[in-house]
Amino acid sequence: MAESHGGAKGPTAGAHTEADGGHHGGGFPPFESSTFASQLVSLAIFFVVLYVIVSKLALPRIGGAIEARQNKIEGDLAEAQKLKDQSDAALKAYEGELASARARAQAIGNETREKLNAQAEAERKALEEQLAAKLAGAEKTIASTRETAMSNVRGIAADAAGTIVQQLSGVVPDAASVKAAIDASLKG
Amino acid sequence: MTIDPIHQFNIEPLFTIGHIGNHTIAFTNSSLYMLVAVAVISILMLASGTQLVPGRLQSVAEISYEFVATMIRSNAGAEGMKFFPLIFSLFMFICVSNLVGIIPYTFTVSSHLIVTAALALLVFFTVLIYGVYKNGLKFFKIFVPHGVPGYILPLVMFIEILSFFLRPVSHSVRLFANMLAGHIALKVFAGFVAMLGVSLGAIGWIGGVMPLALTVALTALELLVAFLQAYVFAILTCIYLNDALHPGH
Repeated sequence: MAESHGGAKGPTAGAHTEADGGHHGGGFPPFESSTFASQLVSLAIFFVVLYVIVSKLALPRIGGAIEARQNKIEGDLAEAQKLKDQSDAALKAYEGELASARARAQAIGNETREKLNAQAEAERKALEEQLAAKLAGAEKTIASTRETAMSNVRGIAADAAGTIVQQLSGVVPDAASVKAAIDASLKG
Repeated sequence: MTIDPIHQFNIEPLFTIGHIGNHTIAFTNSSLYMLVAVAVISILMLASGTQLVPGRLQSVAEISYEFVATMIRSNAGAEGMKFFPLIFSLFMFICVSNLVGIIPYTFTVSSHLIVTAALALLVFFTVLIYGVYKNGLKFFKIFVPHGVPGYILPLVMFIEILSFFLRPVSHSVRLFANMLAGHIALKVFAGFVAMLGVSLGAIGWIGGVMPLALTVALTALELLVAFLQAYVFAILTCIYLNDALHPGH
């Protein structure tokens, strides 16, 4: 205690000069047991204060902030996933709608084509029948005309034969025998 | 001119608080720097915002939180999170007081064995009491490793028990010695600069460049050591607590 003042201020060399700490007996400060009680008491007080601050205020606060951020990120990701799912579902619905519309269009087209084909077929058939009927009528007319013409030919032939015979022989032939001769030649 | 590298470790009473028995309890420079450490930690953890996008201070607070939380989870498992406030307090207290101690003319709380020993004993008794409370006598399985042949088991058990009770010693001396030695080395090299300049004049000033450069490098090293020793102290606490949480492997 006595030598400490002079030792610290003086220009004497000496690696372990005691500083003007006054009341310590010389030596290495970390091993001075007189300071232990003060250090232990202050450490106990401040460490307990720190522990209480840390456990009651600081960690819940910072942990809460980190957790809130985590929740926010997870919520946002979930929201994004939900929106993505929604858009996927909308896309799927759109594609389904498109496919069914296409199928419906195809069906309508086929149906219309078939209906038109059937109609055309029916019209064609009716027309053919009509034509066939007309043809048959025309053939009948031709046949009757021919018959008439033939019978006229017979009459004309009989007249002509009668006249020819009269001119050649001067005898008027019997109309009945002329007709018979003509019939015979027409058949022959 | 002499520079005493030990002077920085002196405990100076600032005022007396009271008496316990025949011990005088004083508010010392050590108490002041403990208060500074507690104040710095409180400001960091309480004044930082709790924004969704953190600012600088909030980032530091959150990184500290995540750092300690990850350390506990990977070394003591999820059950270790019970001790999160304790380990966080230990880590931040040691880290901040070490870092503050690097500033010239300040005092380093953890350069005193009594402080580191008190912290190490706190961890030791936490492990011991919680281990016995949670596991009962099964806790003492940590002294009986698996797969050891019977005839060397007594020897192994003796070594295990010895190492268990020496834990607080190594735990505290490691931190104390690192901080003490680092600060002495810094002070010695910084002292060379001044001594050379004063005693040798111009040549001394030029010669002082070398120890000055070394002081700068040592300061950087001490910054690393200040953090690293806090980390080592905290991670050893986690490993010791792991024994209390999961004895028998």
